Amino acid sequence: MAVLSVDDLTVAYGDHTVFKDLSFTVNDGDFLVVVGENGVGKTTLVRALLGLIKPKAGTVNIPTGTRIGYVPQFRNIDEEYPLSIRDFVALNSRQSWLPWLTGKERHALDRMIRITDLTPIAERPLGLASGGEKQRAYLAQALLPAPRLLILDESTASLDNEMKYNLLDLVARFQEDGLSVMFITHDWDLAEHYGTRYLHITKDGYSTGSIDELAELRKETVEC
Amino acid sequence: MLTLAFMRHAFIASTFIAVVSGIIGVFVVARQLSFLTHTLSEIGFAGASFAVFAGWLPLNGMILFTMLSSVLVGQMSIKESRREAVISAVSGLFIGLGILFLSLSNQSASSATSILFGSVVGISAAEVHQLILLSVVVLVVTLLMYRPLKFSSFDIVGARVSGVNQTLISVAFLVLLALSVSVAAQIVGSLLIFILLTIPAASAKYFTHGVAKMVGLAILFALLGTWTGLLLGYLTNWPVSFFIAVIEVVIYVIALLYQNFVEAS
Repeated sequence: MAVLSVDDLTVAYGDHTVFKDLSFTVNDGDFLVVVGENGVGKTTLVRALLGLIKPKAGTVNIPTGTRIGYVPQFRNIDEEYPLSIRDFVALNSRQSWLPWLTGKERHALDRMIRITDLTPIAERPLGLASGGEKQRAYLAQALLPAPRLLILDESTASLDNEMKYNLLDLVARFQEDGLSVMFITHDWDLAEHYGTRYLHITKDGYSTGSIDELAELRKETVEC
Repeated sequence: MLTLAFMRHAFIASTFIAVVSGIIGVFVVARQLSFLTHTLSEIGFAGASFAVFAGWLPLNGMILFTMLSSVLVGQMSIKESRREAVISAVSGLFIGLGILFLSLSNQSASSATSILFGSVVGISAAEVHQLILLSVVVLVVTLLMYRPLKFSSFDIVGARVSGVNQTLISVAFLVLLALSVSVAAQIVGSLLIFILLTIPAASAKYFTHGVAKMVGLAILFALLGTWTGLLLGYLTNWPVSFFIAVIEVVIYVIALLYQNFVEAS
């Protein structure tokens, strides 16, 4: 079943068209990698999917009630950031309006912190955490409400190689449990390693298909 | 000391003010609105002097002016790049208006002094009741919007992508802040408002890493300042605001030293 289907989507800022007539779908359990050079509109696409910008034409269909988790590329967390990792993750507990967490919410929070390997550092201030730990905390926060689709926007860009694979291994574990993933990256190795489908956006157009086709496309691109 | 009605009023008023300031202050610091709070206090001064001119209770004038202007400033300074300039311009305008109203109302310098520096010891039973009512309103509304407010204050990016209505939360918080400024001005005066609305919360964040604990500590620091300030003011006959300011600043300095100590070890 489709978690997300995009039909003939066009986004423009004034006279400048970022991309035109884009169509693709994300099905349950897919790991869609979105690849392309900087500036082709990958982040713009995500913003349009989340309804943060209004497209010029086309539609974005998400089944009613589908929860989407999103890990944005940039976040204003500096060293002085006061909250602990645990409290940061808990910000996205939204089942109740009570000022304190309910028993059920606390249980879900503890579980998420455990699964994302944050338990030993949960009480430490997020501001003092390493790049990889921060990304795990962002991921845990996005996954806390149990979304059906997770969008990662260049979440591995600032990490070293080992950290990149650690983080995506973690995401892949959730994918095995049925989570659909949309991963925006310009790292083709990661894309091929984790993706099941791809969307390649260029200045002139786009292509989409299974991950094996991406490998072919990559060879062609390199040969060119 | 508490057998004296005016001291009882002062203690009750300052307790509510400290609780409101502690809670709202944590969000003021997280949302980086300290400078705006300072401006609102100047606007509060203009509102209070307008009230003196119009023959109202100063608190009513303060509420009117701060509520209107907080929303105005919030709208005008959405772009961070121009926030400081907008706030400076608005605060200049309102201090000017405050001076004008005071001059037009032919009041003695003492009413200006009490607006600027607070006059908690002279607070009446009716004023205490109004202050309690306003404090309860601020506290209840804050509790009702606690989770989205917390999310948008401590992680604006995450809140935005999780569907928290930023505009609604932002405007609602500015209104709460305006009310808190008006309430807190009763004790420390409009010039020293940020002493209670920002320093206890700014100190608290160095000691703990949870929002609820920060709120608790900020309330404690605010209470420590106001209660000790009242006591020392009573004993020495020096201004209460002076003692509150000194105590809060000492707490802040201790917090900074503690932070340096933690970083070094």
